[in-house]
Amino acid sequence: MNLLPDSLLELIRRASVEMPDDVHRAIVASLEREKQGTIARSAMKIIDQNIALARTKSQPICQDTGTIIFYVECPAGFDQIGFEEAARGAVKLATAKGFLRQNSVDSITGRNDGTNVGPGSPVIHFHQHRPLETTVRVILKGGGCENVGAQYSLPHEGLKANRDLDGCRKAILDAVLQAQGKGCGPGILGVCIGGDRATGYEFSKEQFLRRLDDHNPNPELDRLEQDLVSTANKLGIGPMGFGGRTTLLGTKIGVLNRLPASYFVSVSYMCWAYRRQGIALGSQGEVRQWLY
Amino acid sequence: MALLSILRWVPFAMITLTTPVSEAAVRALKVGDEVAITGVLFTGRDAVHRYLHDGGQLPPGVNLRGGFLYHCGPVIVKDEQGNWRCVAAGPTTSIREEPYQWQIIRDYGLRGIIGKGGMGDKTLAACKEHGCVYLHAVGGAAQVLAQCIQRVPKVYFMEEFGAPEAIWEFEAAGFPAVVTMDAHGNSLHKEVFAASQAELAKLL
Repeated sequence: MNLLPDSLLELIRRASVEMPDDVHRAIVASLEREKQGTIARSAMKIIDQNIALARTKSQPICQDTGTIIFYVECPAGFDQIGFEEAARGAVKLATAKGFLRQNSVDSITGRNDGTNVGPGSPVIHFHQHRPLETTVRVILKGGGCENVGAQYSLPHEGLKANRDLDGCRKAILDAVLQAQGKGCGPGILGVCIGGDRATGYEFSKEQFLRRLDDHNPNPELDRLEQDLVSTANKLGIGPMGFGGRTTLLGTKIGVLNRLPASYFVSVSYMCWAYRRQGIALGSQGEVRQWLY
Repeated sequence: MALLSILRWVPFAMITLTTPVSEAAVRALKVGDEVAITGVLFTGRDAVHRYLHDGGQLPPGVNLRGGFLYHCGPVIVKDEQGNWRCVAAGPTTSIREEPYQWQIIRDYGLRGIIGKGGMGDKTLAACKEHGCVYLHAVGGAAQVLAQCIQRVPKVYFMEEFGAPEAIWEFEAAGFPAVVTMDAHGNSLHKEVFAASQAELAKLL
């Protein structure tokens, strides 16, 4: 696995500087939807130029390179400790090279040692699986969009939201309303229905590993995902909250079991600068395949 | 009149603001105006706002009078010649500075706040009283905006606050932004929130 550090560095670089194709297509479509001569269209044009410029210059799409979240799928016997060491090393190097901002701060002292490595940074989730292949996916999630995430406990009297899918819809649309443009819209929602307060948010973020153009295998949730996007786009919040036709580029919903006493709807908001990338590793830790 | 209002939206009608900006120039701006800023910008975010609010002094060399404060934590690297180079410089969320911003507008003679997401009533009132506007840059557009930062002559409070929170001095040219809160008490953010809330009530 001696090529792993290089592979992880390149994974982080691409995640930070290159927009995944599925997201870029959605952004171009939303640019074309906005009316000529509006500030919404100007904003989408700047966004589109920005995507091209970041790729050409190999510099971060957004200066807030965010929380660094790795998702590793690996066979039994995979050296997780070795992977964690390699990941921390790659994060330090990517930071020194300017692919990541010095973004990790001691919560009590406010000290920023400039490495992006510390308690809770980077985040690494391991999942063992039966196939012998190892895949590594990474999401960079900025603070602006993280701050507009919301968790609802149903029933919610103010929203008239009961413990059913209609109640979930009301909660999710409230999250969109409250977020306005503050999370750098047009955004993408990752939603978890169920779970507890921690697993709900965690699973809502995991939805961002899905492609924007995929479909939820559960037909009822698939309809809800489509409905949420079209309803949100009628609200007129628009890019950056400037007013306009595209408020959401997508919504992805996952479901976990819950306790009889709890009914959480956890909503994570991803900004338009939707940075995700993934690799399948070869036996020496080299990149065998890009996943997005 | 109708023709004028149409012209106002097209890019070549972008209003140029060069620092230092006069109060009259700022009071002439209206919500929805697209502007291009040229001149000196200072960055400042959470740590700087709290520090100034608590009575801290600006270091010599940082003059905000007639100028713009940019809510931004840039990515800056040093090139081979030892000069700072701005690699990425989009706006950060402004609402976190709402408890402090009014005072900084009042005390330091700011003519513009640049950020994203908009701000609240205290800032809106300070803009009206002291002649200041809130300028919304495109959140996440770190490369397009970094291209408008031609030089980074100085940094202040690097040791104390760390790179994203430091005060960076930028020389900008043609930096694009939209007036979303003007000096007449108008806020696009309030308008869009109210309209979208009414629309949602119809769709539930």
